[in-house]
Amino acid sequence: MRTVPVLTRLAWRYLWRNHRRTIIMLSAIVIGVWAIIFMTALTRGMVDQMIKDGISVLPGHVQVHNPQFLDDPSVSNRITIGDEELSRMFDPAGFKAWASRVRVPAVITSERESRGVTLLGIDPAAEREFSFVDYDEVEGRFLESAEDTGVVIGRKLAKTLETRVGKRIVLMSQDPDNEIADRGFRVVGLFGASMPAFEEMYVFVGKKTAQKMLRIGDTTTEIVFIGDDYRNVDPTYERVIDSVDGKLKVSRWYEVDNYLGTMMKVMDGFVLIWVIVIFLALSFGLVNTLVMAVFERIREIGLMLALGMKPASILGQIIIESMLLLVVGLAIGDVLAWATIQPLKEGIDISAVAEGMEMMGASSILYPKLYLKDMILANVVVLFLGFLASLSPAWRASRYEPVEAITKVG
Amino acid sequence: MNIVLRLAWRNLWRHSKRTWLTIGAMVFSNTLLVFMISIQFGMYGLMIDNTLQVFTGHMQIQAPGYKDDQKMRQTVPDIVPLASQLREKFPTQAIAARGWAFGLASSDERSYGIGIFGAEPEFEPRVSSLPGLIKEGRYLHGNDATEIVIGAVLARNLRVAVGDELTLLGSGLDGSFAAAVVNVVGVFESGIPDIDRNFAEMPLGAFQDVFYMEGAGHQVVVSAATLDDADLLEPEIIAALPAGTGLVVHDWDALQPGLKQAIQADMSSAFFMYGILVILVAFSVLNTQLMSVLERTHEFGIVMSLGLKAGRLGRLIMLETALMGMIGLIIGSITGVIFTSWFTVNGLSIPGMEEMAANFNLPARIYPQVTPWTMVTGPSVVFLFTLLASAYPALRLHRLHPVEAMRAN
Repeated sequence: MRTVPVLTRLAWRYLWRNHRRTIIMLSAIVIGVWAIIFMTALTRGMVDQMIKDGISVLPGHVQVHNPQFLDDPSVSNRITIGDEELSRMFDPAGFKAWASRVRVPAVITSERESRGVTLLGIDPAAEREFSFVDYDEVEGRFLESAEDTGVVIGRKLAKTLETRVGKRIVLMSQDPDNEIADRGFRVVGLFGASMPAFEEMYVFVGKKTAQKMLRIGDTTTEIVFIGDDYRNVDPTYERVIDSVDGKLKVSRWYEVDNYLGTMMKVMDGFVLIWVIVIFLALSFGLVNTLVMAVFERIREIGLMLALGMKPASILGQIIIESMLLLVVGLAIGDVLAWATIQPLKEGIDISAVAEGMEMMGASSILYPKLYLKDMILANVVVLFLGFLASLSPAWRASRYEPVEAITKVG
Repeated sequence: MNIVLRLAWRNLWRHSKRTWLTIGAMVFSNTLLVFMISIQFGMYGLMIDNTLQVFTGHMQIQAPGYKDDQKMRQTVPDIVPLASQLREKFPTQAIAARGWAFGLASSDERSYGIGIFGAEPEFEPRVSSLPGLIKEGRYLHGNDATEIVIGAVLARNLRVAVGDELTLLGSGLDGSFAAAVVNVVGVFESGIPDIDRNFAEMPLGAFQDVFYMEGAGHQVVVSAATLDDADLLEPEIIAALPAGTGLVVHDWDALQPGLKQAIQADMSSAFFMYGILVILVAFSVLNTQLMSVLERTHEFGIVMSLGLKAGRLGRLIMLETALMGMIGLIIGSITGVIFTSWFTVNGLSIPGMEEMAANFNLPARIYPQVTPWTMVTGPSVVFLFTLLASAYPALRLHRLHPVEAMRAN
């Protein structure tokens, strides 16, 4: 294929013969590509953040429960293996992070009001890395150890209960024999969360204190594992399955929260549909440009054919023209998209619609996320479809009868 | 036919392939716009209706501050007489009184903290769809019966069924200890996890007894026939409130702020996408019209030297574009309506979207409705931008010098 460099050079020159047309078409491609990548990055960022927030509350990429617990979240359906044995099981396996915790529904009562909450008995040191609460941002202090006898509640809940740091509240739940288990706690800290609903729903106490209150010895209700990447949890999942050998229910995060899992899948579909829609809108212009480019040089094409240029070369030249147009457009569009997303990396504040975003499960700051894979997908799809779209005009150009073409009045 | 119009029409078909391709771009985006806008606004309507009719209603009369804090003592005094007064004044509207308290519900085996509503069994079904979603048993009868209906998830968690007893523990309005034993007479399933897990309803009279409400409640729910009626009704309701009580009326937007904002957030991202689509079509038109002007430079030079003004030629170009745009508008709207109508009949469901739909109280299958508005909006905008795009080629004509132009080509 020695002819390719020549054809490319020819194609390039033809493109700039009518520079206005080329520039308009280029602008359209650039805007299209920019829109594809920019929009994708925004939506990706939103879904990513949703999933991260969601996982941080679940928390854990992989979770282990008593099989009955998810349907009937009571301490009688707890994991009967004690903490010490759990450490023997999981510590040597070298998970990135794991923690066992007590999670039960409870009622919190202040002097003024009562509310239903989810009580989390945790070892604060073990969960620091993946907790949805930033320990350092807590008003007052966060729990200091698993033996801590204080309670940390959300700011919004504190407001409803009319309580504050230093005051006492009572937590009430059930022990394994279905007897009421309650205990007074001093509020030691108030946390803020990216999702206001979390501030009303979760209450943190020390794991040991919770175990004592619920009379469950050193057992817990769930074990959570963090892997390297939430999009690829199978390696962690399989290792956990091996370690617990069938007695407990092991779930991946997207099995625990269907909504989040669906969001992630829907997102991939959305990217592809968006790329195709934009491309189709572009394709009319692209084909039009090529048809015009062929039409206005029918005589030249006829001449070239008469001089012995192969029809295949004509075909190749038109396709190369279209590809050049697309490649230049894609390159500029990619750079432009990158340049607009980069300064927005710090997050876009959309708190004007915060409660609406919360309904979707997203927080009010949007961090656009530019994935290489989305960029590649967009570029490859546009190039491939562009190739298909240019086939017809190119094919017709290469089929001209030389004599007819030369004598055609342009 | 007017001569200019005829000229414009003929010019269009000089390059019929090019014209059709440009029209194709318009038809494509018009079809898509009609379809998308129909779905979008249909969905918003459903989201609002479905969310509000479950429980919230179109507006609520509450004590000031109750909306944000939901505290027991922020009451509406003498709530039943107030509700019946309003019903007398507005006999065609659905109006019902409610009380709310937090309590611990205990069965033999389990206890959960839940929100307990006191509702008027006679009027509640008019403002809320929950009474109609009873899956087992029946809804409440009688204003003073010690009975309760609970959500399906709660029933499962408490391990109770219709006919079982529940013990309620809580605190009354005066802060005293409140307790009661009630019969579970029904289990409802709304599909909304929060409601199915945390909600229970008992007759308002019995509720007021148990929680020492002394005739008070927390909210009077008002629902109009449609959302638009609700906007008109609100000032009338406010005017009808007895003076000096300090009660406030919150409309649905204030009661469910997330709803409108979710719609706004979705709308802005949708409009971004539509905008891009329209701009791409405009570029396509710009390209076509610029080509058609450039290739006629010679011809324009001749007519201009014969005395035709650049302005008139410019209008010719605009007219050509307008004709093209009209064809695109008409065909695009028609294909858009046909395409959408197919889904109006057969419904549209996106695999795996059920969970997402449920989150916004939407059915898994959506039936988009074409209205004149959804049919015309998108294509009109496309038409407008098409005209705008031809301004550049049309204005370029003013720079054309007849003699030079004639020498072109």
